[in-house]
Amino acid sequence: MITELGHLALILALGVAIVQTVVPLIGAQKGWAGWMAVAVPAASLQFLFLAGSFGALVHAFVTSDFSLRLVTLNSHSAKPLLYKISGTWGNHEGSMLLWVLILALFGASAAWFGAGLPPRLKARVLAVQGSIGVAFLLFIIFTSNPFLRLATPPFDGQDLNPLLQDPGLAFHPPFLYLGYVGLSMAFSFAVAALIEGRVDAAWARWVRPWTLAAWMFLTVGIALGSWWAYYELGWGGFWFWDPVENASFMPWLFAAALLHSAIVVEKREALKSWTILLAILSFGFSLIGTFLVRSGVITSVHAFANDPERGIFILMILGVFTGGALVLFALRAGAMEAKGVFGMVSRESALVLNNILLAVSSIVVFIGTIWPLVAEMFFDRKLSVGAPFFEAAFTPFMVVLALALPIGAMLPWKRAKLGRVVKPLIPAFVLAVAVFLLCWVLQTGKSLLGPVGFLLGVWLVAGAAVDIWSRTGRGVVSSRFGRLTRLPRADWGRVVAHAGLGVTFMGVSGLMAWQVEDIRAVSPAEPWEVAGYEVVLAEVHEERGPNYFTTMATIDVRRDGELVASLKPEKRIYPVQAMPTTEAAIKNGFWEDIYVVIGDRQADGGFAVRTFIKPFANWIWAGSLLMALGGLLSLSDRRYRVAVTARKSVAGGVPAE
Amino acid sequence: MKRLILALILITGPLFAVTPDEVLDDPALEARAREISAGLRCVVCQGENIDESNAAIAKDLRLLVRERLLAGDTNDEVVDFIVERYGEYVLMRPTTGGANVILWYAGPALFLLALLGAGLYLRGRSRATETGTALSGDEEARLRELLGD
Repeated sequence: MITELGHLALILALGVAIVQTVVPLIGAQKGWAGWMAVAVPAASLQFLFLAGSFGALVHAFVTSDFSLRLVTLNSHSAKPLLYKISGTWGNHEGSMLLWVLILALFGASAAWFGAGLPPRLKARVLAVQGSIGVAFLLFIIFTSNPFLRLATPPFDGQDLNPLLQDPGLAFHPPFLYLGYVGLSMAFSFAVAALIEGRVDAAWARWVRPWTLAAWMFLTVGIALGSWWAYYELGWGGFWFWDPVENASFMPWLFAAALLHSAIVVEKREALKSWTILLAILSFGFSLIGTFLVRSGVITSVHAFANDPERGIFILMILGVFTGGALVLFALRAGAMEAKGVFGMVSRESALVLNNILLAVSSIVVFIGTIWPLVAEMFFDRKLSVGAPFFEAAFTPFMVVLALALPIGAMLPWKRAKLGRVVKPLIPAFVLAVAVFLLCWVLQTGKSLLGPVGFLLGVWLVAGAAVDIWSRTGRGVVSSRFGRLTRLPRADWGRVVAHAGLGVTFMGVSGLMAWQVEDIRAVSPAEPWEVAGYEVVLAEVHEERGPNYFTTMATIDVRRDGELVASLKPEKRIYPVQAMPTTEAAIKNGFWEDIYVVIGDRQADGGFAVRTFIKPFANWIWAGSLLMALGGLLSLSDRRYRVAVTARKSVAGGVPAE
Repeated sequence: MKRLILALILITGPLFAVTPDEVLDDPALEARAREISAGLRCVVCQGENIDESNAAIAKDLRLLVRERLLAGDTNDEVVDFIVERYGEYVLMRPTTGGANVILWYAGPALFLLALLGAGLYLRGRSRATETGTALSGDEEARLRELLGD
């Protein structure tokens, strides 16, 4: 019964979404206030219906209702409750429902918190948002209905892929979707602005919080996925340049570019048409991501549903929305003339460079991702594009970005003297070079990856410190410290995010350059040495988990005779799917992780053991969290909290700060 | 119970990519083997290289790489040997030959184009100043005062 209500709510949501698209759009065109006002209740109602529908699906998973095809295919009665719930979105149909639910949530939030928006713009934004909902609801109902029943329900389900039964992965998709789908708000604002033919500082001020929020969620989602890969896949890889990872990375890069260009629109009323284009492309790339994951055109470890019919449907959605928006852009972009004027050396130009680097690097990732497909279709070559390509083709842009960032972040608006900006940064650069030399001397004979990564990382972090310090103005040190706490949160957001990027740089390069690995077959109680640690396999036993069997080892790690960690790596077998997984045991540390994996029993009764020392591993995710925190700080800045309506009366836009 | 576990282990095969029995005695040679393996794709897997893969064919290839190295091949000779048999599909790093020029040079070309475009745009923006559309220093200070900044 609840399931049928959920199904009905899904169909009703489609009806409401159609109303939300058509009525306000006509209202805005004709200037009928009543019709425009329909958008708000429609957005709320659509969200409520979808929340009900999603709730019904979660209910079916939690109660293990195996008369539902989807539950049978993706759940099992013995599964822990958390994974019964997360199983709802651990499959194509359920995750699409979560996708539209979040889409509706963003639309409804814009309706609830958009009191300051001009009614016409608001009606159009919500209408565009509604139209995306229509497209995806049609997609779900006609190709991916989660509520289909089975004529003869089985006694138990086929379980969820054991790799997905993990807390990190339970929350990875919702965050990613909040990010992907959050970019739809920027898209809706961009299309609404194109329909209006008007972009001003106020528009940028409304768009930026949504973009910031989406980018933040995307950052956390990508970091969670990478962290999960690190501890779950058994050798501590954290990024594979897999097509589906790239699918989340491309919109992230574009969203980062959009965040920065929207600042220029907000403060200086320049780069307007470019910002609109970025908003369209950001969401366009998140649709491309959806297409790549769900059509099966590209083989990937993540491939979800390899159904050509679905692929074509999503391709049509992609074509209609991105193509339509781009056509509209071509027609209207000319009307967005820039007001702000600035010199070659200025914050504006620095942000243009930021945008070029982020957009081009994202397109490099895109080309690399689709190249195997293109090569096969047009050149009849079956080839692979793997991590070595991306490392060679993508990294240089990041190096330039990191070198330019601290200088760019401190350049004043309009026009600047490079010398004056560079001077306070000299100590930061000297520090970075010192760290570079130190790394280079210490590592003896390894590649430059580690030292250069640390040069850039320290430069970014120290540059951020100089940046925030310089904002306190002049005067006595103590009064400058006092001023630190009173700086706008947007300033803190900027430096925290930039420092976070530096921390991630150090984590990635440190881990890749200085990891130590040891593979061997050992017998219990026979110690061996890895990078100054004495490691010993203490014992191995077998245990039974709720829905798996496990071989659990105890491995003691000592340094100078003192116990550093007693680790319990496992090897699990999930009988329902007859699938083994490794559960690495990790001693997390600030400087390095000790990472052990237990392998197969050897012929002589010993075990294969892999031991890794992974320096700076946690810095990767700590840096990502700092970036997200920076976004959060910016989002909570006063200028987004106070009513923005007052700004509209200011002739000539917003002053440069 | 134990029998069941054993049966399952036998069905599912090894969990590890590189196993201890594969490792060469000479660390320098082994390091080269690992480097080569990281650049070769496991043909039955989805995007994994043979160094990371648990598949049986990946293991065979890893052993083949080591065999060739022991026979005295250089790294390039080992890779060529395998590409000859499995095609360029196994290369994780695509070659720069033929149409792959587009793959490798599209990024740098686009970057240069974008820089050129941005340069022209910025020149336009900074020229606009000279025509005097911007506020003067005084006007700006006055505006700031009015807005209470």
